[in-house]
Amino acid sequence: MTISTTSSTGTTGSTSGSTRPAGADSLRSSRRSRVVWLLVVVGVLACVAVSSLVLGSRQVGWGDIVAGVTGHDTTIAEAAVAKRVPRTVLAMVVGAALGLAGAAMQGVTRNPLADPGILGVNMGASLAVVTGIAWFGLSGAQSFTWVAITGAAVTAVFVYAVASMGRGGPTPLKLALAGTATTAAFSSFITAVVLPRGDIADSVRSWQIGGVGGATFDRILPVVPFLVVGLLVSVVSARGLNSLALGDDVAAGLGERVAIARGSAALGAVVLCGAATALAGPIGFVGLVLPHVCRLLVGIDHRWLLPFSALTGACLLTVADVVGRVVARPGELDVGIITAIIGAPFFIYIVRRQKVRAL
Amino acid sequence: MTTTLELVVAGRRRRARRRASIVGVLLVLAAALFAASLVYGRTVYPIGDVWAVIRGEEVPGATFTVGRLRLPRAVLAVIAGFAFGLGGVTFQTMLRNPLASPDIIGITGGASAAATIGIVFFSLEGAQISVLAIVAGLMVAMVIYALSFKDGVAGIRLILIGIGIAAMLESVTTYVLSKAGQWDLQEALRWLTGSLNGSSWSDVVPLLVASLVLVPLLLSRTGALGTLPLGDDTAAALGTRVEATRLVVVLAAVGLIAFATAATGPIAFVAFLAGPIAARLVGPGASLLVPAALVGAVLVLLADLVGQYALDTRYPVGVVTGVLGAPYLVYLIVRTNRAGGNL
Repeated sequence: MTISTTSSTGTTGSTSGSTRPAGADSLRSSRRSRVVWLLVVVGVLACVAVSSLVLGSRQVGWGDIVAGVTGHDTTIAEAAVAKRVPRTVLAMVVGAALGLAGAAMQGVTRNPLADPGILGVNMGASLAVVTGIAWFGLSGAQSFTWVAITGAAVTAVFVYAVASMGRGGPTPLKLALAGTATTAAFSSFITAVVLPRGDIADSVRSWQIGGVGGATFDRILPVVPFLVVGLLVSVVSARGLNSLALGDDVAAGLGERVAIARGSAALGAVVLCGAATALAGPIGFVGLVLPHVCRLLVGIDHRWLLPFSALTGACLLTVADVVGRVVARPGELDVGIITAIIGAPFFIYIVRRQKVRAL
Repeated sequence: MTTTLELVVAGRRRRARRRASIVGVLLVLAAALFAASLVYGRTVYPIGDVWAVIRGEEVPGATFTVGRLRLPRAVLAVIAGFAFGLGGVTFQTMLRNPLASPDIIGITGGASAAATIGIVFFSLEGAQISVLAIVAGLMVAMVIYALSFKDGVAGIRLILIGIGIAAMLESVTTYVLSKAGQWDLQEALRWLTGSLNGSSWSDVVPLLVASLVLVPLLLSRTGALGTLPLGDDTAAALGTRVEATRLVVVLAAVGLIAFATAATGPIAFVAFLAGPIAARLVGPGASLLVPAALVGAVLVLLADLVGQYALDTRYPVGVVTGVLGAPYLVYLIVRTNRAGGNL
């Protein structure tokens, strides 16, 4: 008995001794590769930010750029650069919020097609703001944000509830359809609300197509607290999302409080979507594309996935904005249009890759 | 044996009677709404005057208001509604899914995007727009079909890919409209949600000609279309030439949708709603093509009357169908989910 025990512990010890370094190695190397990717993404973001200052409808020299960034706006070129600074910040902030929200939503719904745009959440925020402007004389960034977040939350709950009915829970098809139906309905409602009010049609237009033009720091600053709260809530719930990915039963068995984990992640995502829409109008597909790309880079751990989605989201939206300014010279292309044209093919790619079962 | 046979025959006869009576009711309803939209307006003309105008007599005032404004508008509403309803139900029957209607999977969106591009960038008019719209509609249909092909075409994949395409095309339309600065909001809405404002006979003629060709073509394939949902092998065993039927049916349905879109813009939800509404009215086992087409015509006429006169502001017809149709769409998704997904 004693001999066999010692021999068995001996073998266990020797096998674990031989495997542990390998496991630790792969862990260390994956962490190293994540850190490398993190540096790469941050570097790309910096390049993108610079290019957003340099490129635009008007061509400017380096001297103008330095002057514009440091606050001079005596010449037209310097003024143009000075206007690009808040715009770049806005694109980065909104892109980060949407990327993060998309990753969280995909985690919460365990659905590869979840995206604030496809699910109609952004359009819900838009409808709330437009109704507020037209019927209740709403004005000011602070109140826009509250109303937008409320609209986003109500829409998210509604779409999820509609999609959860029936067999199989919220499948990708049901979520996408419920979201599409809601989006179509809401854009009709927005039109119905705006049409009798020719006086506000112009100010409301930006709530129908997302764009980052006309940004000022005065508009961005009041929304920042909301974004920070959304960011913190989402990042804190990352661990819970990892458990949820195993399925509700396994997550509960591991000691996760499923409802709380899901609720907090969804809350963070909704706050981020609402705040982003309050800043830039409804922008789709950013939250859809990036979590998939980031999963290839850093794996499925949400503690890495969420920050990466935020960073790459900032990159994507800034690039889309720059492209919109360069392609349509001397005019501009709204960033929401660019993301739809980039994002829809990606959506199709994901649909094709998935195994779909018959309805 | 005979009792079973008698039961089947009796059931078939009953269903045919029900379908015929529903079609009759819808026809009467459409005619009444058509007459109402000619008679009613800012100035109400007696039905005698309206009839005189239609016969070509000169009636002061009415000749212009009814003959030049209301008549083309009402005729366009009927034909466009008919075309949207028929095209929509054809796709829904063929793909065996109420959600596979042309406005959800992007075919209407393709026609609309092409029409706006033609108008804004190339200053095209009339028949050229119709041709462009139908070419774009067919191309979108082919692209969606090709993209969803992977060991056969799964209905769900096709619908999801169509949703993606529709989102992209809608943003293209929005972009093109934003380039056309001199357009007013009303005119832009025509291409975003559909509108009958400013209808003239030049809008009606291409759609009318196309309908006269395509509707009989489509209706002549009713029987073969009914066998397609059973699966290609079964349909072939029942004597249907599967590929030929599908080609003809898709061409005709896309043609109807595209011509209607070129004339009125993508009137929201009509193609989507007509089929399920007709299915509920008629009941199972009968062909839905004619009832759904009539439901489409009734929907557009009714929504246009509501949009013009029910409220303080005059809303384009697409906004009304969008707002009225959306709750029904959600209800349909919920019910479809419960039932497990059939028309």
